Amino acid sequence: MTVTTGPRIPATDRDRPSSRGVAHDTWVIAKRGLVHMKRQPEALSDATIQPIMFVLLFGFVFGGAIGVPGGSYREFLMGGIFAQTIVFTAFGVALSIANDFKNQAVDRFRSLPIARGAVLGGHAVANLLKTVLPIVIMSVCGLLVGWSINGGLVDAVAGYGLMLAFAFAMIWVGVLLGSVVGTPEGVTGLGFVVLFPLTFLASTFVPVETMPPALQTVAEWNPVTTLADSIRVLFDNPHPPAGPGDPWPIHHPIAYTLIWAIGIVVVCAPLAVRAYDRSIAR
Amino acid sequence: MPEADATYAVRARNLVKRYGETTALAGIDFEVPTGTVTAVLGPNGAGKTTAVRILTTLAEPDEGEATIAGFDVLRDAKEVRRRIGLAAQDATVDPLLTGRENLIMLGELHQYRRKAAALRADALLEEFALAEAADRRTSGYSGGMRRRLDLAATLVSDPEVLFLDEPTTGLDPRARAELWAVLDHLVDRGTTLLLTTQYLDEAERLADDIIVIDHGRVIARGDARKLKREVGGDHLRVVVVEPGRLEDAARLVATVTGLEPRVDIGARSVTVPISQGVDALVDAAKGLAAEGIAVDDLSLHQPTLDEVFLDLTGSAPDDTDEENHS
Repeated sequence: MTVTTGPRIPATDRDRPSSRGVAHDTWVIAKRGLVHMKRQPEALSDATIQPIMFVLLFGFVFGGAIGVPGGSYREFLMGGIFAQTIVFTAFGVALSIANDFKNQAVDRFRSLPIARGAVLGGHAVANLLKTVLPIVIMSVCGLLVGWSINGGLVDAVAGYGLMLAFAFAMIWVGVLLGSVVGTPEGVTGLGFVVLFPLTFLASTFVPVETMPPALQTVAEWNPVTTLADSIRVLFDNPHPPAGPGDPWPIHHPIAYTLIWAIGIVVVCAPLAVRAYDRSIAR
Repeated sequence: MPEADATYAVRARNLVKRYGETTALAGIDFEVPTGTVTAVLGPNGAGKTTAVRILTTLAEPDEGEATIAGFDVLRDAKEVRRRIGLAAQDATVDPLLTGRENLIMLGELHQYRRKAAALRADALLEEFALAEAADRRTSGYSGGMRRRLDLAATLVSDPEVLFLDEPTTGLDPRARAELWAVLDHLVDRGTTLLLTTQYLDEAERLADDIIVIDHGRVIARGDARKLKREVGGDHLRVVVVEPGRLEDAARLVATVTGLEPRVDIGARSVTVPISQGVDALVDAAKGLAAEGIAVDDLSLHQPTLDEVFLDLTGSAPDDTDEENHS
């Protein structure tokens, strides 16, 4: 069926139900997000080469200098790098939202008869899937340099589950950031300034005990610390034991991390949806 | 008016939109009869894009209401979206997807099954002479190709009403002529078309009906001929020899015609729309002779649409001097 010129392209209304549901629309947008990642060399390298680089650089450069009670630094490091990658999910989301504003894809989508929430839902699904790739690559890379999952299967599954839960929460931080800032340049600038310190003021790369007291307090309450520690606990990797003087989060890293994940979704998701809606209804 | 009204594809009533201190639309009323082509003509910042954004559900009006094929843009936004196609001012194709992927994605979002979406994409690519570039990423397309794909994208859903916001802005003359041909073709099919433009020739060439807006208000409407007639038909034009006498000439023309003329210092000319025909020309000639103002040219002529536009809006899109007498 090829139509060259003149006649109207055959009506296809019979092939077209009025709505195929939010899941269908969400998946169409998610597929687009995945194609985007595949075709953006910098995004692809963020997801593949960067995690490998971090594991190797930190593992071998800091490995000799930083001692961790009860095991090797490289085993300790993996939980931190997982946590950092997950926190940076927000950055990728914010960037793709900002690019949609820049390319006016947002307007295009809004003028279509698609289910409410499908655009943001599609971004969320695509970015959740995008997070899986670096987690897998890091796991393999970690295994090669001496990291291993020492705990049981249930704990290991719980560990990966916790990572995805926190990644899901960070997606809404990203939507909020992208909608409020609105430009890719702005996102790059602000994202770096906000997220980078957040991942360093934590037990990501060094045990909290080595920090000066003031920073130590910040790090102890920073959910990035408890996320990294939770992963270490669930994979039974070396982690400094919680002492009697440590605050509640250090004693209950998994619960504290989950509370944060839920809290971020409860607070950020409605704000993010509102910021997104408002920034397109201009 | 609760039920769908087939007579008017677009109906806008007293649309008002403010952005902070700025009033983008100050109460706009107009209709577009089904199956016709209407051009919204106005300079930059007149409110054209704002009007299109409200009619296509992208922005909400502060006051007033609008319907598309009888459906309210606020209450029935989804029904409206099923019936419209929009080509925004900048082509909004996805740069990282190929032409085909762009159209298939939009087809799927218009709720076609994937296979139907793919067939439709192929047909549209063929029709818009993009079949060869179909599998290339659109970031490598030329401006004209991107516009054509954008237009094809708006047709994926076979829309009842098509909105084109400055479809040829930024295109070279050849790409512009190509796009006009495509639009002619669409119009032949009976699609209702509302396009905005800054170009009078474009409005005259494509539209049945022209709505002139400026500062968020409709200041005139009608076909090109009516608009020309409305501003008084003939224009009287005086070109003086000495620039120093330009003001005297302007004052004299004002006395003769009773209208404030437009003065163009660069062209040393005074122009005014007149209704008295040749009498005004004779009176002006006498007056100029009596005051001893030497003229290069004294003539009556039919206004161009550009002059109509100037008379209506008081400024041209790219004009520099205006109202610099007295």
